[in-house]
Amino acid sequence: MSEEKKDKGEYDLTGSFTYVRKAAKWSSCPISNLPEDIISRSSDVGVIPDEDMRAATYFQIDHSVISKTVNEKFRDQVEVMSTREAIKKYDWFKNYWWRLIRRDADKFTHMASSMWDHGYFIRILEDQKVTLPIQSCLFVSTDNLNQNVHNVVIAEAGSEAQVITGCASHINVHRGLHVGVSEFYIKEDAKLMFTMIHGWSQGFDSRPRSAAIIGENGAFISNYLLFTPVRSLQMYPVAYCSGENSKVRFNSILYGSKDSHIDVGSKIVLQNDGTRGEIITRAVATDNSKIYMRGFLEGRCEDCRAHLECRGLLLSDKAIIHAVPELLAKAPGADLSHEAAVGKIAEEEIHYLMARGFSEREAVSLIVRGFMDVRTFDLPAEIEKRMKRIIKVISKRSL
Amino acid sequence: MTGELLEINDLTVEVSGRIVLENVDLRIEKGETHILFGPNGSGKSSLIMTILGFPAYKVISGEIIFKGKNIIDLPINERVNLGISVAFQNPPAIRGVKLGDILNHWIKDESTIDSILERINFPREFLRRDINLGFSGGEMKKSEILQAIVQGGDLLLLDEPDSGVDVENLRLLGEFINEMLKGRAGLIITHQGHILRFIDADIAHVMLKGTIVCSGRPTRILSQIMSEGYGWCMKCPRRKRIRENMI
Ligand SMILES: Nc1ncnc2c1ncn2[C@@H]1O[C@H](COP(=O)(O)OP(=O)(O)O)[C@@H](O)[C@H]1O
Ligand SMILES: [Mg+2]
Repeated sequence: MSEEKKDKGEYDLTGSFTYVRKAAKWSSCPISNLPEDIISRSSDVGVIPDEDMRAATYFQIDHSVISKTVNEKFRDQVEVMSTREAIKKYDWFKNYWWRLIRRDADKFTHMASSMWDHGYFIRILEDQKVTLPIQSCLFVSTDNLNQNVHNVVIAEAGSEAQVITGCASHINVHRGLHVGVSEFYIKEDAKLMFTMIHGWSQGFDSRPRSAAIIGENGAFISNYLLFTPVRSLQMYPVAYCSGENSKVRFNSILYGSKDSHIDVGSKIVLQNDGTRGEIITRAVATDNSKIYMRGFLEGRCEDCRAHLECRGLLLSDKAIIHAVPELLAKAPGADLSHEAAVGKIAEEEIHYLMARGFSEREAVSLIVRGFMDVRTFDLPAEIEKRMKRIIKVISKRSL
Repeated sequence: MTGELLEINDLTVEVSGRIVLENVDLRIEKGETHILFGPNGSGKSSLIMTILGFPAYKVISGEIIFKGKNIIDLPINERVNLGISVAFQNPPAIRGVKLGDILNHWIKDESTIDSILERINFPREFLRRDINLGFSGGEMKKSEILQAIVQGGDLLLLDEPDSGVDVENLRLLGEFINEMLKGRAGLIITHQGHILRFIDADIAHVMLKGTIVCSGRPTRILSQIMSEGYGWCMKCPRRKRIRENMI
């Protein structure tokens, strides 16, 4: 990290730290054999030890690949391995490597390129409808570690799958930096639903760098959930609707607490006729947190349409929410719109619920809980239940 | 404690520095249904909001006694939990909070809710919708009445349950409300008095400029207002004639 250039950008908070690159090796094992404290943290971010309930599982701790297994019943449908393995195994893999994101895009992509620690390669084979979720976990167990992963997901033509990625750090990890480059290739008629859940520690920094390309009639849904404090998180994933009639949707729920600095955007580029995009972001800022929710829609063709919705709830005098929605139309037929609303909970809503018998505290927590509604995310039932439980706990602290 | 369920004495209220209710007296006994008439902006809704304790409605003087207890210093939810249920005229929409979430606060038993839904012809899917978000006028009325009934208080405050409701639904809601009022007390605000066709009301009051100026038999007052307008009440020689016009 010595040769990195002088930091630029308001959200670059990692410059003054140095991280360790060495971590003890972990040997591979079934997830259920991992220590209880790791299982409980990974379950909080949606990765469960019961591998029978998943079509495939990838689990990485620090720089070691613990598990890369495909459920017996899904052998002919899904492939899962580390990207280091994939690059050796398949000649064609290079066509999916650093194709959507530039190695020199910023200092973090540069780190992922020069100090690369695995990451997952998931491939859903042509025309396969994978009925159980595929799960992956990127876990940091060493204090002050820098982990740089590079992931590739390919949904081959006509395939359908749901991928859940949980990123978390161990309870004893106070600081650290996770950089995750992810490239998604959704081919024609394929459907991919990707859900990422983060659970870092208060002093942790995270820099995901993601991009997706969607082919003709393809659909990509990207969900992001953050409920725990983090020192800083910055990402601005982009989806290119390149094929005709391709669709993308980004849903994010951001809960800022403690001193979290959260800067999350989503960008959609509509490159072909019939393309559709949607970005929905909900942000709740408590304590001293700062949340920037960005969104960028770019329409480059005649018949394309996208909508951006940013809503923020400010629950503390010391917190801030900054919504930055942007629209860029490059063709007369591009139909782009946005709506943004940021503020505290309307008194009128609290009073209405009090007139329905709720105490002020209950009313606020009901509103906050409703605001972070995960029911629209189509998560597997047991994860939805877990998320609801987490949301219930944090919304009770809202007043 | 007297036979009174609600007793309002000499109530004066201001909203953002303006007097909206002045020297209001009102007594509602168990089992009685009262109707409140009055032109737009006369303070009818303000009276309901004040009974409920909405903070914008500042009580300058007077008292509100419910079940023998002065409730003036209680927060909204504590008043409601004493047994006051309300259907608002203009309820706010709340994103993410489902109608079902609110009903389940009072009743966990789905079949009771289902039977009311059927009774007022209100589709079950509304339970999963964000409260009041994109509800039509009529749907909002049904949702409010449903909530008031599910709350099950001894005093029902219904603010214009009939405005904007079509003939068929008016009958459904009116008959349902009338049934629910049995053994309870009610204060019903109505503009055109449509709902009176279905409700056995005991007494009506007319509010003008924040004051109850006249009280009497509901059908008689309604027909006077219909034929002569509220001007008739202005001319009324004996303001505040409580219960004298009853027979
Ligand atoms: N929350 C409020 N803020 C400001 N003015 C109010 C508020 N509520 C009522 N008012 C004013 O008080 C007067 C009475 O209103 P309201 O009680 O709603 O009348 P009604 O229900 O009889 O039509 C009106 O002039 C109205 O503008
Ligand atoms: Mg009114």
